[in-house]
Amino acid sequence: MSAYEPKIVGIFCNWCAYTAADLAGISRMKYAPNVRIIRVMCSGRFDPQMVFWAFKHGADGVLIAGCHPGDCHYQEGNYKALRRYKLLQKLLDQLGIERERVRLEWISASEGEKVKQVIDEMTETLRRLGPLKIQEAPGEEAAAAPAAGGGHHG
Amino acid sequence: MAEKPKVAFYWCGSCGGCEEAVVDLAEDLLTVAEAVDIVLWPVAMDFKKQDVEALPDGAITASFINGTVRLSEHEEWVKLLRRKSQLVFAFGSCAHLGGIPGLANLSNREEIFRWYYKEGPTVHNPDGHEPTPEFRQNGYAFELPEFWNTARALDQVIEVDYYIPGCPPPAHIVKDAVMALLQGQLPPKGSVLAGSRALCHECPLNETKPEKLLLKDLKRPHEVIPKPDECLLAQGLLCLGPVTRGGCGALCINAHMPCTGCFGPLDHIRDFGAKGLGALASIVDFQDEDDIERALEKIPDPVGTFFKYSLPASLVQRRNMGGKTS
Ligand code: SF4
Ligand code: SF4
Ligand code: FES
Repeated sequence: MSAYEPKIVGIFCNWCAYTAADLAGISRMKYAPNVRIIRVMCSGRFDPQMVFWAFKHGADGVLIAGCHPGDCHYQEGNYKALRRYKLLQKLLDQLGIERERVRLEWISASEGEKVKQVIDEMTETLRRLGPLKIQEAPGEEAAAAPAAGGGHHG
Repeated sequence: MAEKPKVAFYWCGSCGGCEEAVVDLAEDLLTVAEAVDIVLWPVAMDFKKQDVEALPDGAITASFINGTVRLSEHEEWVKLLRRKSQLVFAFGSCAHLGGIPGLANLSNREEIFRWYYKEGPTVHNPDGHEPTPEFRQNGYAFELPEFWNTARALDQVIEVDYYIPGCPPPAHIVKDAVMALLQGQLPPKGSVLAGSRALCHECPLNETKPEKLLLKDLKRPHEVIPKPDECLLAQGLLCLGPVTRGGCGALCINAHMPCTGCFGPLDHIRDFGAKGLGALASIVDFQDEDDIERALEKIPDPVGTFFKYSLPASLVQRRNMGGKTS
């Protein structure tokens, strides 16, 4: 397990969280290199499809970050994100995916330090959880059951 | 007269409703039966696998396959039909998206067998028998199909040319598809043969759907008798009309029930359940975490609500069981 490095997809709102990540970079803060950040205009653009798409393509966790409540540039976007996130958490339970793999954080433009702290923390959590393997590889079942496809019902 | 096109119907893991849907063609069924040569239809006619195997490859013009792919036997049959057919139509929600039986992907073979052959309250099985692929008794060998851990949509097993959506597909959708086939007027391959806009556009209640919808109080269908003349979503019922492909004629809405999404996603949606969950969660009219959580208590089963017909075809496909799915 020591070689395992979790992959995190970050969905960061342009106005706050992304700016904060920039700030963390400019200030040469050192934080875990495990996150690939995607900039969206507002955290309200986050769609649960993105989370599952990321999981399907190898992400171990998704970090959504937006402006603090009341600070969203589009007024309501971060509340929408919060509602989706809350329902998504219930769905994750049913799907056997640990809740910690999807995290929502409010990070203002000046909180470079929080970017570092959240990413470090999440990386640590995911290291502990290990890789996420949601789907079996194609053909896995057939390989496990060699009788399949043998035409033995003909 | 030129030879009639050969047509096959086949069922995988299904409830029989899709067979009903074919019979629902009523008189039109006779017209169809006149125009084609049915070479396989297990529910109604006595053809054997050897009959299909004996046909040259590509000899069947079109195979209509319903049900989710769940057994080794299904897989063998659909691969055989793919080889023998020029066109394959996924018929109904199960073949299209995995369907209601696809909710079994919340479990695996071991759990399902344990419940149905051991722990279920009505099971009497003192010797603990379970289905096994091979079984011998009195010198005879018996074989059963293998039961897969994961139920699949048809296009996760073979290439599919067209999709006929619905649980089951309404008669007019089936008829249009068959007519398009017979008249050589099929749209581009890969098309879903139904509407191209959201169900809301054809819903008789659409005019009463507010432009911007926010709700404090979600309701479950057994809790209310809905008003017949107001958008069900506006009344707090979780209607998936905004994300569901139209074409059914708003069947459920006309019966005062919210749409549960059997026609599946619109073209631009990759994951129906995730999209529906995102769309409906965002209308909850609270900002405080606790209030949001309380409102969402009215959705006790998000998988059953948003992935009712589409778990196998979703991006996650199944419950994560820590590798115990093979
Ligand atoms: S949300 Fe449902 S009831 Fe309302 S307009 Fe759309 S389909 Fe009709
Ligand atoms: S209203 Fe929705 S669930 Fe009902 S038949 Fe139409 S698409 Fe299917
Ligand atoms: S603009 Fe930052 S959350 Fe909406």
